[in-house]
Amino acid sequence: MTKAIQVQKLQKSYKQLQVLNDVNFEVENGSIFALLGSNGAGKTTIVKILTTLLKQDGGTATVNGFDIASKPEKVRQSISLTGQFAAVDEILTGRENIIMIAKLRHLSNPRQIADDLLKRFGLTDAADRRVSTYSGGMHRRLDIAMSLVGTPQLIFLDEPTTGLDPEARLEVWKIIKELADSGTTVLLTTQYLEEAEQLADQIAILHEGKIIANGTLAELKQQFPPAKLEYIEKQPTLEEIFLAIIGKKEDH
Amino acid sequence: METAKKHFFSDMGVMLERSMRHIFRSMDTIITVTIMPIGFMLLFVYVFGGAIQTGTDNYVNYLLPGILLIAIASGISYTAYRLFMDMQRGIFERFHSMPIARSTVLWGHVLSSLVSNAISVVVIIAVALIMGFRSPAGILSWLAVAGILALFTLALSWVAVIAGLSAKTVDGAGAFSYPIIFLPFISSAFVPTESMPSGVRAFAENQPVTSIVEAIRALLSGQPVGNDIWIALAWCIGIMVVAYFFAMRAYKKRV
Ligand SMILES: Nc1ncnc2c1ncn2[C@@H]1O[C@H](COP(=O)(O)OP(=O)(O)OP(=O)(O)O)[C@@H](O)[C@H]1O
Ligand SMILES: [Mg+2]
Repeated sequence: MTKAIQVQKLQKSYKQLQVLNDVNFEVENGSIFALLGSNGAGKTTIVKILTTLLKQDGGTATVNGFDIASKPEKVRQSISLTGQFAAVDEILTGRENIIMIAKLRHLSNPRQIADDLLKRFGLTDAADRRVSTYSGGMHRRLDIAMSLVGTPQLIFLDEPTTGLDPEARLEVWKIIKELADSGTTVLLTTQYLEEAEQLADQIAILHEGKIIANGTLAELKQQFPPAKLEYIEKQPTLEEIFLAIIGKKEDH
Repeated sequence: METAKKHFFSDMGVMLERSMRHIFRSMDTIITVTIMPIGFMLLFVYVFGGAIQTGTDNYVNYLLPGILLIAIASGISYTAYRLFMDMQRGIFERFHSMPIARSTVLWGHVLSSLVSNAISVVVIIAVALIMGFRSPAGILSWLAVAGILALFTLALSWVAVIAGLSAKTVDGAGAFSYPIIFLPFISSAFVPTESMPSGVRAFAENQPVTSIVEAIRALLSGQPVGNDIWIALAWCIGIMVVAYFFAMRAYKKRV
C-alpha cells in the first residue's frame, strides 16, 4: 500500500532565508495528518510545495504515488487545496463558484454537484448571493466545499479554522471528520494544538526547518511523559508537549 | 500535460465566463472607461475644433479613430487591475493547484478585455454619431476597422498582463497605461503631423498610433488605405507577439 504522502529531505529557501531544512514525513492513506508549527515555521511552504505551487530546492516528495517534480499534472488531478487565505471568487455567487470548479474538473453535472454541496454545507439559502456578502464562517465552508468538488483522494487544508468563532470551528471540525470517515486523506496545518488533538490521527511538529516530533497523540505523550514528581498523574496536554519540545531544542 | 491540453479550450471558456461576470457586475468600469474619451471628443470638437485646421469639414470624422484608441488604452488598465487583484487572492492558487492549463487563466482576462473594450468602442461610436459622425464605409471596411481595433486591443491586453503580473501595487498595475493613453496626442489623431515641429513630427509619424489612426480613418472615409494598414497590422502583431512572450515569462516567474 503506497502512502498518501512521502516527503524526504525536503529543502526550501527564500533567497537567504532557509525555511525548510530537512523535512521528512509520511502520511497514511485515509488518515488525518496535522502539521503543527508556530507562525513562520514553514507550514504553508510545505503545503505549497506538495500542491505543486512552489518548487522545492532539494529532496523529493510523492503525493498519491506521483513525484511532485516530474508528475505535477498527476498530482494536481488527485488533490485539492484549501489555502490559508480563502480561495473563493468574491464577485461570483456561491453556486457559481462551485459550478466553475466542477467545470474546470470536467465533471458531467456541475449544477447537481453544486446543489448537493451547497446543501451539505448549509449554504443553500445564500447560494445565489455574491460571496462578498458572506460571513467568515460561510467563506470557509464554501472554500472547503469547493475543494470537495470531484471528491479528490487527498485534501490539503492550510489553517482551516483560523479566524473562525468557536461554533464555526466545531462545524469545520465536523466536516473534516466526515471527510476522513469517507476515506479521504486530509493534511491540515494548524496553530491550534487543540485542533490537532481533536482531529488528527498523526501529528508532526515543524520547528526550525525540521520535523522535530512525529506520531500519534498517544506516542507523543509517551515520548514526553508527565512530570514524575507529581503524585497525581497529570496527562500533559499537547500544548505542554509542544512548548516542552521547542524549549528543549532551543537549549542545545 | 495531456489532459490539460485536451481541455484547453473548455478551461479557457470557463475562465472567460468568470471574467465576463466580473466585468458585467462592475458595469461602472465600462462607463468610467468611456467617459474620458467622450470628454476629449466633446472638448476637441466643440472647444478646440474651431481652431484646428485638418482640411476636412467634419472634425468628428477626423478625430474618432484616435478617440477609440484612447478608449482602448484606458480600458486595458482595468485588465491589468483585475489580473493584479486576482494574483493577490487565493482563487489563483486554487486554479494553479488544479489540473488545468495554467495559461488559460491569462487568456480569460485577455479575451474578456476584448469584449469589454468592444462594448466601450460601440458606446463611443454611438455618441460620435449623435455628434455628427458620418461614414460612407461599407461592411468590409467596417470589418477591417473592427479587425484592426481587435488586434490593437489584444496587443495592449498582453501588455496589460505584463503590468498586472509584475506590479507591486494596485496603482502601479494601472499606471502603465498613462503613456499609452498619451500617445495619440503626439500623432495625427487630432491634428495633421505637418503642423508639428520637425523632431516631434518625426516621432509622431513613426509611432504606431499614427499608422493605425490613418488606416482606420481611411477605411471609415472610404479613401484608399495604402501602406498604412500594413504598417498598422505589423505594429499590432509585433507588439502582441513581444508582449505575449514577456507576459508568459513574467507568468512563469510568478507561478
Ligand atoms: N514568497 C516569500 N518570499 C520570502 N519569504 C517568504 C515567502 N513566503 C514565505 N516566506 C517566509 O518563509 C517563512 C515560512 O513561511 P510560511 O508561510 O511557510 O510559514 P507558516 O508556517 O505557514 O506561517 P503562518 O502560521 O504564519 O501561516 C516565513 O519566515 C516567511 O516570512
Ligand atoms: Mg501559513
